[in-house]
Amino acid sequence: MTAPTAPKFIGSPVRRKEDPRLITGKATYTDDVVLPNMAHVALVRSPEAHARIVSIDSTVAMEMPGVVAVYTGTDLQDALAPLPCVHSIENLKEPAHPAVAPEIVRYAGDGVAVVVADTAAAAEDAARQVHVEYERLPVVVDVVEATTADSDLVHTDMGTNIAFTSVTDVGDVDSAFEKADVVIKQRLVNQRQIPMAMEPRAVVADYDAGYDKLTIWSSTQVPHFVRLLIAAVCGHPENRVRVIAPEVGGGFGSKLNFYAEEAIVAYVSKALCRPAKWNGRRTEDILATIHGRDQICDLEIAADNSGNLLGVRADLYQDLGAYHQLLTPVIPGLTVGMLPGCYVLKNLHVTLHGVFTNKTPTDAYRGAGRPEATFIIERAMDLIARATDMDPVDVRRLNFPASDEFPFTTVTGMEYDSGNYQATLDSLLEKVDYDSLRSDQERRRKADELVGVGLSTYVEVCGMGPSAAMTAGGWEACELEVRRTGGVIVKTGISPHGQGEETTFAQIVADGLGMTPDDVEVLHGDTDITEQGIGTFGSRGQAVGGAALSLCVQTIREKARRIAGHLLEASETDIVFEEGKLFPKGVPAKALEFQEIVDAAYVANALPPEIEPGLSATHFFDPPNFTFPFGAHLAVVAIDKETGKVNIERYVAVDDCGRIINPMIVAGQLHGGIAQGIAQALYEEAIYDDNGQLSTGSLMDYAVPKAAWIPTFELGHTETLTPVNPLGAKGVGEAGTIASSAAVINAVVDALSPFGVAHLDMPASPQNVWRAIKGGL
Amino acid sequence: MVRLRVTVNGVAHADEVEPRTLLVHYLRETLGLTGAHVGCETSICGACTVLIDGQAVKSCTQLAVQADSAEITTIEGLATGDSLHALQQSFWDDHGLQCGFCTPGMILAAHDLLSRNSDPNDLEIRHALDGNLCRCTGYQNIVKAVRSAAATIRNTDGSP
Repeated sequence: MTAPTAPKFIGSPVRRKEDPRLITGKATYTDDVVLPNMAHVALVRSPEAHARIVSIDSTVAMEMPGVVAVYTGTDLQDALAPLPCVHSIENLKEPAHPAVAPEIVRYAGDGVAVVVADTAAAAEDAARQVHVEYERLPVVVDVVEATTADSDLVHTDMGTNIAFTSVTDVGDVDSAFEKADVVIKQRLVNQRQIPMAMEPRAVVADYDAGYDKLTIWSSTQVPHFVRLLIAAVCGHPENRVRVIAPEVGGGFGSKLNFYAEEAIVAYVSKALCRPAKWNGRRTEDILATIHGRDQICDLEIAADNSGNLLGVRADLYQDLGAYHQLLTPVIPGLTVGMLPGCYVLKNLHVTLHGVFTNKTPTDAYRGAGRPEATFIIERAMDLIARATDMDPVDVRRLNFPASDEFPFTTVTGMEYDSGNYQATLDSLLEKVDYDSLRSDQERRRKADELVGVGLSTYVEVCGMGPSAAMTAGGWEACELEVRRTGGVIVKTGISPHGQGEETTFAQIVADGLGMTPDDVEVLHGDTDITEQGIGTFGSRGQAVGGAALSLCVQTIREKARRIAGHLLEASETDIVFEEGKLFPKGVPAKALEFQEIVDAAYVANALPPEIEPGLSATHFFDPPNFTFPFGAHLAVVAIDKETGKVNIERYVAVDDCGRIINPMIVAGQLHGGIAQGIAQALYEEAIYDDNGQLSTGSLMDYAVPKAAWIPTFELGHTETLTPVNPLGAKGVGEAGTIASSAAVINAVVDALSPFGVAHLDMPASPQNVWRAIKGGL
Repeated sequence: MVRLRVTVNGVAHADEVEPRTLLVHYLRETLGLTGAHVGCETSICGACTVLIDGQAVKSCTQLAVQADSAEITTIEGLATGDSLHALQQSFWDDHGLQCGFCTPGMILAAHDLLSRNSDPNDLEIRHALDGNLCRCTGYQNIVKAVRSAAATIRNTDGSP
């Protein structure tokens, strides 16, 4: 195997190929899809969090101009199978999740009827005239109370709200606690978040009766899953379903799912034999798209006086919401798996309770279970530092595995592929001049200022993932085709929605085949074009999708060398392929241009029988392990004593995501990720009242940060390659979010330490901080 | 139905619209200009921002008829032929976008700022974009893009 020449494009800040259409208004998002004779779908949604549907009267709605049909849950319950959940949790309670509730609504926003009309306005008008009579049922809101024996029930026939309990017990936790000099107990709350991709979800379906074919446009991260599940839920053969994820306006995990509206709109189009569209309004999208986090951890930490972490006990309560969406019960398992963080921990006991409540289901939201784990273990490190009167840096350093201990297997069975946690931390401390930061803090404290410094040294599980560890498979597929005139088509199963793989994949091909990124078109998000794929989530675009592409590039290189060997009458093993030229080793004068190989491959009249015509490759890449990106983040905050307002004065991050294909895009992913973690630390909280009503159900009430609320980030990198895939890339989409909430809260708590504050739950809003200053008023 | 006359991206239009039609729906559905996006119903997200007589306006909370006889610029009308506007160019050069959904509104809101302040500092840029949410970029490269577009414009003819 000849290695490609030194990379020219990999590692360079190549401008994005996807941008010209996006900056000129020429991109097509799902709501931009308009088809002839298209009907419009509006949903009637429950205003009640838990109620029995007594009656639905659609007489008035049906008589309104333009109204075509009204379907209730009863009408659809035979046509649409319940929405699926993918998991491998033993004894999981799985109540049926109907696309439209036929009898009981279980959260505010649950669909109760579907209105179809000729225009979107007519459908919405008519939806308001569908009269539904509800009989209220007791509402379950508090996740811990919901586990008690006398709690009201979300699913009465289950007899409990606990969908599953899983216990992880490794090492000898009891003796670790007996031996400990320091035992700390703390409740940590990861409050519910609303993912809030800027594009609300939308679905268009077009049933072609002539071919009996369903084409679905959906704002999704996983078109191939949607294809499979449309087949399963709507009972339409999968080989006559095509799913297109056109331009997708952000996802952050919330579009890694299969939603009721995808099945409903497909059903409507098929039933009426005309195209149909549903476009979620923001307030509707907030209720009917999954939420994230919502986990309570009752934590106990054992440590010795030198700051060594001896053991951890944790009771985790995951609020699942009212139903299992695609991955709902799986997400908190990632919290358990990553609880050790980047530390040597030998004794761990965790009880995880998955609990139903009358709220919107939770599921994967950027980081998905790992921000929770980081928050827990990084707060634990600071609590140990406080109890032992050590610097948080020293406690962390003391508990890191050494760089020569990799691959490092954790107490939860994760095999950390590669790492050097000291190096990222050292680089960070040097970058910020840590000692002078601390002396400056001391000086400002004396001047009566509230200033805090917070660290988060994190490791995350990414590059999802080995199929052996993923219930629905974790491979990725790619096809690479060299066209007759030399241009390249890449068809990838990942489905980017802002991550820029049209560019980074073109960079990989350009280096491998000696071209420029402009010579490469990357196609994605259409299951009739890329026939197999899994999608974009879990920081897997490069680590799994890019790796599949690398295999394709390698196959093309090998075939080109075989053809060149034949044409040059040399052994293929002697052929060098460099910068688009192929020549026998040491004889560059005899070089053939790559285009001459392409000509020979397609004209094919000079090929020997053992070389097939054509120049294309297909590969499925299944990684042998996850990847484990890591890094060290630091926040400096100042708090206004009068108002409790937190100001992030500096935010510095040193991250290691393995091989960097495009540093500009990596920086962009980190900026956005860090901002989302800061949003959780300081601003965002989905609040339900006692009646199960979402009090923060619009952008007026839910505090997505504006430009002026987010600091300027200072970034640095180390580059530790992973052996898990041929690219050496680990993934970077979630890193910022996984790291930053803990760094900010650690800084806030550090700033408040003169008041004796040991912990503060998120968000550290002015109100919450002010209360902490006033001694918990 | 009400008669509406507007000039959009330099082209005069006369249409009959329902009085309740929002400007964003008129632009998207009647004129097919889908660069203005509907991201919320509360004037917070700014994805629907267009320029009306040079001023940034949220087209999801204005009736189409309120724009009667106005000159409207949408993202589709910002470039001159194949030549990108300085803001479009800088958003591209500085990686000021990821999913792109907020981008048309973000660029037009920045256009409004630069028409009032040719040399804004970072904080002024951040505050001027208060009405536009981005969930992808953490805003850093958006701020950078606006700053570099401002410099480009100052170094050329001076008007955005």
